[in-house]
Amino acid sequence: MTHKQPHPDPDMTTFEPKIVAYVCNWCTYLGADLAGTNRLEYPPNVRIIRLPCTGRIDFNLIVKAFETGADAVLVSGCHPGDCHYTSGNYHARRRWTLFRELLDTLGIEMDRIHFTWISAAEGRKWQQVITEITEKTRQMGPYLAYKRICRVS
Amino acid sequence: MARIGVFICWCGENISRHVDVEKLAEQCAHLPGVRCCLTYKYMCSEPGQNLIREKIREERLNGMVVASCSPHMHLKTFRKAAEAEGLNPYLVEMANIREHCSWVHHDVKAATAKAADLIRMAVAKVRRNHALSPIRVPLTKRALVIGGGVAGIQAALDIADAGHEVVLVEREPSIGGKMAGLSETFPTLDCSQCILTPRMVEVGQHPNIRLYTYSDVEAVEGYVGNFSVTIRKRARYVDISKCTGCGACWNACPNKKTPSEFDFGMGKRSAIYVPFPQAVPARPVIDANACTMLTKGKCGLCAKKCAAGAINFKDQDELITEKVGAIVVATGYKLWDIGKEQENAKLAGYGEYGYGTYKDVINSLQFERLVSASGPTGGELRRPSDGAVPKTVVFISCVGSRDNAKGMSYCSKICCMYNAKHTMLYKHKVHDGQAHVFYMDIRAGGKNYDEFVRRAIEQDGAQYHRGRVSKITEENGKLIVRGVDTLAGEPVTIEADLVVLATAMRPADGVETLAQKLNVGYDEYGFLSESHPKLRPVETNAAGVFVCGACQGPKDIPESVAQASAAAGKVQVMFSREEITREPEIASIDERMCAACFTCVRACPYNAIERAEIRDRAGRLIKRTARVNPGLCMGCGTCVAVCPSKSAELEGFTEQQVYAMVESLG
Ligand SMILES: Cc1cc2nc3c(=O)[nH]c(=O)nc-3n(C[C@H](O)[C@H](O)[C@H](O)COP(=O)(O)OP(=O)(O)OC[C@H]3O[C@@H](n4cnc5c(N)ncnc54)[C@H](O)[C@@H]3O)c2cc1C
Ligand code: SF4
Ligand code: SF4
Ligand code: FES
Repeated sequence: MTHKQPHPDPDMTTFEPKIVAYVCNWCTYLGADLAGTNRLEYPPNVRIIRLPCTGRIDFNLIVKAFETGADAVLVSGCHPGDCHYTSGNYHARRRWTLFRELLDTLGIEMDRIHFTWISAAEGRKWQQVITEITEKTRQMGPYLAYKRICRVS
Repeated sequence: MARIGVFICWCGENISRHVDVEKLAEQCAHLPGVRCCLTYKYMCSEPGQNLIREKIREERLNGMVVASCSPHMHLKTFRKAAEAEGLNPYLVEMANIREHCSWVHHDVKAATAKAADLIRMAVAKVRRNHALSPIRVPLTKRALVIGGGVAGIQAALDIADAGHEVVLVEREPSIGGKMAGLSETFPTLDCSQCILTPRMVEVGQHPNIRLYTYSDVEAVEGYVGNFSVTIRKRARYVDISKCTGCGACWNACPNKKTPSEFDFGMGKRSAIYVPFPQAVPARPVIDANACTMLTKGKCGLCAKKCAAGAINFKDQDELITEKVGAIVVATGYKLWDIGKEQENAKLAGYGEYGYGTYKDVINSLQFERLVSASGPTGGELRRPSDGAVPKTVVFISCVGSRDNAKGMSYCSKICCMYNAKHTMLYKHKVHDGQAHVFYMDIRAGGKNYDEFVRRAIEQDGAQYHRGRVSKITEENGKLIVRGVDTLAGEPVTIEADLVVLATAMRPADGVETLAQKLNVGYDEYGFLSESHPKLRPVETNAAGVFVCGACQGPKDIPESVAQASAAAGKVQVMFSREEITREPEIASIDERMCAACFTCVRACPYNAIERAEIRDRAGRLIKRTARVNPGLCMGCGTCVAVCPSKSAELEGFTEQQVYAMVESLG
């Protein structure tokens, strides 16, 4: 038996956006930890998936997140130059520019994908980013259009 | 079949205040694969850990999730507890319901729902975890030290004294680095050579140190514990095993007009030479460009005079391979040559100071040689142009340092100190002379450092002008130095006999190429990057490679030596074990699936992936494939993301695991 989230309510009054965040272990994950240590409150809509590095992020994971009902996806790692593995984030960025076009062509709403760098010291930035994304997604409403894309393609 | 235990921590009230832990436990008990689900006040405490161990035993768990704080806090703790009970530590996962949940979400309903999701993801993941064991790699307990300045010397001696063999590679004909050429050293004014040369001799005679001078590191292969280093011993044209260092050759050499590198061009040397009398090894080399026997086939006087028959004009470079387990880089610095054309447009240089044009405008290391007892003037300060004793000397700080516009933006850190030293040395040699210093700020942090600068000003009468020099011109044998004194608020013009420029400290030439061979990072200026500026100051991101001395950033002798001992200490820690164990959460490649496109080989930040071939028994090529070297892989997972054929996989974060986590949210 799996515990199911209530299905997003299309009339938006009770709509709670579902946000999946792929973050690297060494900067953004620790940034989110710091937000916790400093008790910086933010909306509870984000679910973090910890990966060693943004270099590990295969962008099909973004599609997968939408497939499982995410309304927005965040990818976040170390600032350029700060990657724990020296250059994983450069690779991620390079791949992302290519992948972006593909997703765009497929008709994915690019406004629902967020890319940012948050360091281990930036607890406050984590709080801000999540608050902003949650608000923005709330305004955009549930990603129902994705289901339609799936049906067409 | 999965038998997962879920352990939910209250963390006192830290978690339980905002997460309904009991309700959470009820929900999680029904997750697929979950065998038992318990809560406890403090899971990390001894009774908490005992509870976990008891359950592992009783329920014969084959996986567990601890829902508590950040894995950065306690993953190791819980993995250890599991291991003690015979459960493979890599079958333990955590759900971070404190930092990422109870501490940041205060609505109990929402926080509890999120905590449930986080646990669900962790359970989905742990069901797909593999039991792993640490990777063991053999260890060669020998170290390579690159660079034989004071830092390299210290590191080599420390490691050798600890009983390990050291291979020391120095590209100059002698070890000693810059310190061997300094006169007296701040803040004590003790003679540089007097304190350094005994250590140099120790290196030369140490049974555990194999010294290669006039040599370069040509190539580095392998990985931590198992490096194979190719060293190019450049042709010296002197067989140092035969040579006795008597000096008959360099006395006989008629070509004595080459500017001495050791004296930074302030003196001359012969074509066959030892850079300085206390050189280690005290054996000459022939400069192939200056020797007429080698350039034109004429002369050979040295060979005739050498009773030992050590001269060999047919000598050639030799390549030697050494196996080592750790590498210490100590390649030091150079002073920025502001006179010559610059290597990139951003560096405009300081043509207005006339360095390279006016003979009496020199840099600080040249000044060191002019006041050194072993220098070209025998310690009597005489200016280069006419040999006169300069009565007015201007020292200019920060030439190219702290200058975003056309130089380096960093502070070279030691110039304030050696400028003060120079004014003192000058006053001690030329009693009726006057020293002037132009400076931006005086930075003299350090034990007895500020006192030292004050002495220069108060006792030895150096005149300090706060401000920059705009231009230097030469008129009638005098150098006209025009600047401002911003404290007095007026322009200053000084007629000087000698001008000494404290040009920026920069990494030694060729350090970038070396860093690339070693996989060590460097900053925009070429200084090598430590792995953490505070907590891992001598380690680098390349496992088994350490840095010390001025190659990592501007620093003085005490700091270089301290860092060298620290690097040596790290090497000894490594060598205190019989083998190296590494985290098993690394990548591997399915060689049957690999399309041999080698995208991963190019993407891996650690050059951990090799191109390999699979052959049958008869040696026929079956296919080509990428292969991960477990000694090098650091587990970033970049290869997994770039592989178009999905042949690369990262333990601990496999495709299955990650996808299962996302799906569990659906
Ligand atoms: C004018 C001046 C005065 C100074 N006075 C003082 C003082 O009074 N007191 C004080 O504490 N500090 C003083 N310093 C600072 C001092 O010189 C340095 O702190 C110290 O020399 C740094 O030692 P090091 O071993 O890191 O570098 P270095 O002395 O530069 O030694 C590096 C060595 O590595 C070798 N090398 C470089 N590249 C390679 C390569 N690729 N392969 C093999 N070998 C290589 C070089 O040939 C050299 O022998 C002064 C500096 C200057 C410029
Ligand atoms: S990227 Fe994939 S297919 Fe290409 S060489 Fe590497 S493992 Fe093989
Ligand atoms: S995981 Fe990272 S370090 Fe390991 S082989 Fe793949 S790219 Fe290289
Ligand atoms: S480790 Fe954070 S982006 Fe690579």
